[in-house]
Amino acid sequence: MTPMLNVKDLRAYYGQVQALHGLSFSLNEGSLTTLLGANGAGKTTTLRAICNMVRSTGSIEFEGKPLGNRTTENVVRLGIAHVPQGRGTFTNMTVEENLQLGAITRGDKKNIVTDIERMYDHFPVLKQRYTQQAGTLSGGEQQMLAVARALMLRPRLMLLDEPSFGLAPLVVRDLFRIFSKINREDKVTILVVEQNAQLALELADHAYVIETGRIVMSGNAKDVANNEDVRKSYLGY
Amino acid sequence: MELFANQVLAGIATGAIYACMALAVVMIYQAIDHLNFAQGEMAMFSTFISWQLMQWGVPYWGSFVLTVGFSFVAGIAIERLLFKPLAKAPILTNVAGFIALYAIINSVAGLIWDFTIKQYPTPFGSSPFLGSQLISTHQAGMIGVTILLLILLFIFFRFTRMGLAMRAAASLPESARLVGINTSWMIALGWGMAAAIGSIAGMLIAPVVFLEPNMMLGVLIYGFAAAVLGGLTSPLGAVVGGFLVGVFENLVGTYIPGVGNELKLPIALALIVTVLVVKPAGLFGRPIVKRV
Repeated sequence: MTPMLNVKDLRAYYGQVQALHGLSFSLNEGSLTTLLGANGAGKTTTLRAICNMVRSTGSIEFEGKPLGNRTTENVVRLGIAHVPQGRGTFTNMTVEENLQLGAITRGDKKNIVTDIERMYDHFPVLKQRYTQQAGTLSGGEQQMLAVARALMLRPRLMLLDEPSFGLAPLVVRDLFRIFSKINREDKVTILVVEQNAQLALELADHAYVIETGRIVMSGNAKDVANNEDVRKSYLGY
Repeated sequence: MELFANQVLAGIATGAIYACMALAVVMIYQAIDHLNFAQGEMAMFSTFISWQLMQWGVPYWGSFVLTVGFSFVAGIAIERLLFKPLAKAPILTNVAGFIALYAIINSVAGLIWDFTIKQYPTPFGSSPFLGSQLISTHQAGMIGVTILLLILLFIFFRFTRMGLAMRAAASLPESARLVGINTSWMIALGWGMAAAIGSIAGMLIAPVVFLEPNMMLGVLIYGFAAAVLGGLTSPLGAVVGGFLVGVFENLVGTYIPGVGNELKLPIALALIVTVLVVKPAGLFGRPIVKRV
């Protein structure tokens, strides 16, 4: 089976500073993969490079199509939803408008209404607040809104950048359960970047570990979780 | 009391001019987050185009529609050619661009049509409106058109997907791109719409102030004052602000001794400064609530 996303020899730069040094990895369709690493390892940069939000070289192919020359919005239009760090919520718009925006590129207007209802099923708290300005939601609620907004694209691949950041452990658990459900039921391939390695490894089926812009380990999530170096560095036991 | 009521009415009539201009100002501010100093000159140039068309025998409404269309396309062209390359430049570079544009359009208009004052027709006539000497049918028509424009803009931004996409692109460009919005074209579209609204303002103002290359200078400053007073993020605020500035200007001129025509313009500027100090978001601007 050819992988859904194939990244080869990815190098990314912020001005003169090189952040990724020849990174290669791939995602299979339907998988839930996690990308682990310490602060500054290049996790966020990797996601940003996929969506062409940072200058990079190397090859990125999604379903056989090279992404290199596409603008961010054209990458998204292929069905890649990116939930950025800090959530990217349109804080001065209502919850419902945020969801509408997630589906802004879709032509099937009729299904958008039913999809919004589906999001309210996934995240009931959003339904209670649908006329509220999104900036007034709590951190956890905003993260749910960000995920729901991304799902409104009906993506084939979802990139999640540290969804657990700043959230209470219980909220994080809920959120990850939903990711797992979306992955299984909606057949959305997921790549999640995380510092909360324990939870990420529990749910993912595949894991990559990244250090200073290079992949240093990859494999089945369970094997990676049992690796002694990973345990010491990221799980802390 | 009679005097007061009359002055308020007259203020509303002039306020319509400012409201119309302020709408264009808010429109461009929504799209690019800057005030376009060349806005007034763009409107003036459009008005000259419509005048020229009428000189060539095109009827009023025909030239009106053609001019609005031309202005929309010209607005987009200006953005594509001049301001797209400056998109990532610092604000000051953009300001320099606006001022350059201001000077270029002003001079080109002077070159083509010279600086003599020209009469400009009104489609509404200029007889007293409902028997009042203070407000003419033209001014009443202008108020009507401004309110109609406001309603159309409201519907566009609130209920259409394109309007939603434009608002998203203006408030958070990076997030907008991440939901697939082509933010660069949204900005161009904002320029086009602002230029089109500006052209309508110009064509409605010209019968009052007469047509000449410097006709918009004072009007634009009042338009800025109105937009700032109403809140730069709110089209409704811009229109209400426009009427308030008109009324305020008239009342101050009437009741405060020593304030004649010469001091009216500083009043607009004083108003801008006062609003920015006391209530920066303006009367209707939505202060953005942030919770982290």
